[in-house]
Amino acid sequence: MSSAHVNDGRVIGKRMLRKEDARLLTGRGTFVDDVVLPGMLHVAFVRSPIARGRIRSIDISSARDLPGVLAVLTPNDLDPFNVKLLSFFFTPAMSVPVPLLARDRVAYVGDPVAMVVAQDRYIAEDAAALVIVDYEEEDPVVTIADAKRAPPVHPGMESNVAAVMGIEKDDDLEEALTNAPYLLTRTVRHQRLSQSPMETRGVLATKQGDELLVYVTCQSPHLVARYLALALDKPHLSVRVIAKDVGGAFGLKNHPWREEMSVIVGSMLLGSPLKWIEDRWENLVAANQAREQEMTVRVAFDGSGKLLAAHSDYSLNNGAYPQGAEANIAVHMFIWAAYKMPQLGFFTRGWHTNTVGNGAYRGPWGMESLARETMLDIAARELSIDPIEIRRRNLITKADQPCTTPMGLPLEDITPAECLDKLLEVIDVSAFRAGQAAARKQGKYLGLGIAVYIEPTGAAGQMAPMTGELAHLRIEPTGKVTALMSTHSQGHGTESTMAQVIADQLGVAYEDVTVFEGDSSRGGFGPGAAGSRQGVIGGGACRRAAALLKEKVKRVAAHILDADPESITVENGVVIVAGAESKTRSLRQIAEIAYGEPARLPPDTESGLEAQYRYDPPPVTFTSAAHACIVEIDADTGFVKIKRWLSCEDCGTIINPAVVEGQIAGGLAQAIGAVLLEEAGYDSRGNPLAVTYKDYLLPAISDVPDFEYVHACTPSKSEGGFRGVGEGGAIIGPPTLVNAIADALSPFGEVPLELPLTPTRILELIERRPLTGKTEAATTATSAPATPMTAQAGAAQAAANATLSSPAATMTSASHAHSAVIGGCWNMVLATPVGPQKIIGRFNTEGDVLKGVLESDQGSQSFAGTIAGNRLKWEMKVTEPMPITLKYDLTVEGNKLSGKVKMGLFGSANLTGERA
Amino acid sequence: MSEHKIELTINGRRQQATVEGRKTLCDFLRVDTGCTGVHVGCEHGVCGACTVIIDGLAVRSCLMLAVQTDGCAVTTVEGLAAPDGALHPVQQALRDEHGVQCGFCTPGVVMTLAALTDGPKRPDADTLLDAMSGHICRCTGYQGIRRAACKLASKTGAEKP
Ligand code: FES
Ligand code: FES
Repeated sequence: MSSAHVNDGRVIGKRMLRKEDARLLTGRGTFVDDVVLPGMLHVAFVRSPIARGRIRSIDISSARDLPGVLAVLTPNDLDPFNVKLLSFFFTPAMSVPVPLLARDRVAYVGDPVAMVVAQDRYIAEDAAALVIVDYEEEDPVVTIADAKRAPPVHPGMESNVAAVMGIEKDDDLEEALTNAPYLLTRTVRHQRLSQSPMETRGVLATKQGDELLVYVTCQSPHLVARYLALALDKPHLSVRVIAKDVGGAFGLKNHPWREEMSVIVGSMLLGSPLKWIEDRWENLVAANQAREQEMTVRVAFDGSGKLLAAHSDYSLNNGAYPQGAEANIAVHMFIWAAYKMPQLGFFTRGWHTNTVGNGAYRGPWGMESLARETMLDIAARELSIDPIEIRRRNLITKADQPCTTPMGLPLEDITPAECLDKLLEVIDVSAFRAGQAAARKQGKYLGLGIAVYIEPTGAAGQMAPMTGELAHLRIEPTGKVTALMSTHSQGHGTESTMAQVIADQLGVAYEDVTVFEGDSSRGGFGPGAAGSRQGVIGGGACRRAAALLKEKVKRVAAHILDADPESITVENGVVIVAGAESKTRSLRQIAEIAYGEPARLPPDTESGLEAQYRYDPPPVTFTSAAHACIVEIDADTGFVKIKRWLSCEDCGTIINPAVVEGQIAGGLAQAIGAVLLEEAGYDSRGNPLAVTYKDYLLPAISDVPDFEYVHACTPSKSEGGFRGVGEGGAIIGPPTLVNAIADALSPFGEVPLELPLTPTRILELIERRPLTGKTEAATTATSAPATPMTAQAGAAQAAANATLSSPAATMTSASHAHSAVIGGCWNMVLATPVGPQKIIGRFNTEGDVLKGVLESDQGSQSFAGTIAGNRLKWEMKVTEPMPITLKYDLTVEGNKLSGKVKMGLFGSANLTGERA
Repeated sequence: MSEHKIELTINGRRQQATVEGRKTLCDFLRVDTGCTGVHVGCEHGVCGACTVIIDGLAVRSCLMLAVQTDGCAVTTVEGLAAPDGALHPVQQALRDEHGVQCGFCTPGVVMTLAALTDGPKRPDADTLLDAMSGHICRCTGYQGIRRAACKLASKTGAEKP
């Protein structure tokens, strides 16, 4: 382990001690609950104890009368603010509005119904318990299976489909799948998880004149400030957001949600600073969760294990109010991206249920690696091919690139095959197999799992929040360096890694660089820790800004010292003129002149030593990795002991190996939790089953082995050669561990692809008998609601089915239809990957020529197309969020229209509309 | 609601306070005395973030009432480093071994390790790692915490010199 004192002057690539640790280890950090404002009041929420029902009445009188209570707020108080909750993409979060506090109906256990404001939290909670809410309970929709057949969770929606994309059955693909020599079909089920940052959600808001000041635990104060400005939409309101230290986020704290917004609006309403710190029960019940999903994958191989075609049918439980209704399109974009897959298709849906909403969690699309890598192992076993060999036969290698995946992703420099080779240099597979065979004879079950993947990191320039990152640097008159960044750390250590990049590029000591982030009034917009981007883009911004600043130092010093700029170098904070030792100056000496004596600067030179650069990287930078894990399973108890875990990742040029390894290890620990321990489940009435850390089992130190690392370090095409590494462990960890468990248990049969693989599930396989009532309970939970479906609900479901019908079915009905009135104005909704988008269509017909204009928030665009009977077709090129051609294919039936829009690599999306 | 007068030392300073009977020690330390290094992760005794040292023993301050500390000596994470700022050996080991990411679990981890290694005997690695299994860290995957604990452990389990 190297120390802070380095001898070659370079700090990139070294295990520099982190700057933030000095305050965090001594209890001097500033987390949101550490901030106190004069006159601050405290909030507690009244929450629904039932999953679904109507609110008959709310009686706040006893609560309001409790001494120390200042207010009890209900929707009537907050609704006038007309807050629009948005998704991460700044689009409406769902097709129906998301209330701050539940109005008339509750939709999950924990749904906030009222908000108590009191002088301290104890009194606020006392008062919350005194609010009397009279509910008329209804039967909840809990599981994905429930959602598929039950009437809609949200009145006003046609069905429980929150988002849908892709094609259920494509004839060409079906033919390829059915005619293949070997077709493997499996359904993979992933349980619901709680992101569980150790610091729960929390906010402290105060309005001072026209300035709204918000302290909030979040992933980017810049993104929150932008979000608040859009969601509140108040002229004259300036928003400042501060988040100095954040106790982990992992996707949960991407943007404020119902509770944070209620507190912010409440503080504006009452004119007092309001603080709400979520307690752990609230966090496990009412903070958005993630991952409850299932996917049926069909994958076809030839006899030698070469991939031929695949289709995946995916469903995600969105809960009642997801932080953006979605069908997780990224799962399908990446499922086969690292492999040579000639033909593929997908159908993907998100479902509303009476559970807490879906939010982001580290590697939100990771289901693709879990399904692909576990199924490759099953295929290998069934085809009697070595699991390593089946990957080698299909992985995209350096020689295959550049190439484009069937989903349209250009690949230039992915290295999964090379990572696999490197991994196999440090693990002796044949020795393991010999040991495994010998151990089995003694009743010991060892298993080896290997998994390979690529991960998109550092994305920018194609989605509203995913911008470049900004570095503002200055050499202060003291000679020390200050950086204001758009990046933000929730444990990532960007105060240190960004300082390392700056120190090297400027030629100053690491100790002399201070990085400030965590305040929307400093630096500039950036989405923070989202999509493994900060090292790549923030690092690139630091390099470019430092290069500009160094250039200025050289120009100024050359002028002052009467030297050639080319002869000047800056090393360790000292300005050196080659061949003229007497001209050596400290940076401070140059800086004092640059700020204080502008007359001594070169002509037309701005005084001071400051530079700023906003770096826009290539659209995506890929990171690749191969992991291996060895387990031993106790056949008597079903316990899994992880004996070894090796990671070989290629995250390009490494800024700080300790930080990179920390990111991988943290993700892997979360993966271990997902595979073996964690489950945020519900009973059949929608009651959450894990509401404390005694029931939601997080991995402890005894569950996590020592990880071993091999770094491959192929520089990327981004500035500095960095690649992102934040999410990888959480994506590649689950399949690696599941494969190891499946290998260990292969003498007993096939391990079900259903997480978590608890000791009970493992014993069920070993002992070949059911050991819990779980299967029955699950059936009960998914059984139809106790009350029979009403006629109205049935009609809604039929409508939903019609929307979901395959293009083939739409075509058949179209060919029987009589000519319809097409011209006029239509209100349409397109189910895009980032949520429903409202479009107004104005159509004119001239014989079989269709002309028209589409209008949306994005602007308006005209088009021309064709009419055949009641079927309309046209194409439009768009450049936002990326250049693609949209192919519309719609059918008009009376005053309704419906159909599909093919959207390049995003597959197709449903469009529905009504005559305006 | 009962109110109680208590007198205790916090990080070596004597303090008097009047506390409500139901007030937890962690809330008292954070809100009434400004020791915000005491972190609250679960309030039900599982995560360990709120650990402080009371009369030499590591204690979860969310499971204790403030009134119970009358007459006690309480040390929080703010009280460990030397007055000149030099880190306590436990803090230094965690820093050197990159045992910190977000730093939310960190004060609790520090206090448990400090309580065990500041005692008359220096425990072996297994003892320290067993104690660490009572702390949840969601960020680090425990790699640096384990290395730090092993570094702090006695190799022999013998008395301290
Ligand atoms: S807050 Fe005390 S143990 Fe978690
Ligand atoms: S460092 Fe974040 S919880 Fe431990």
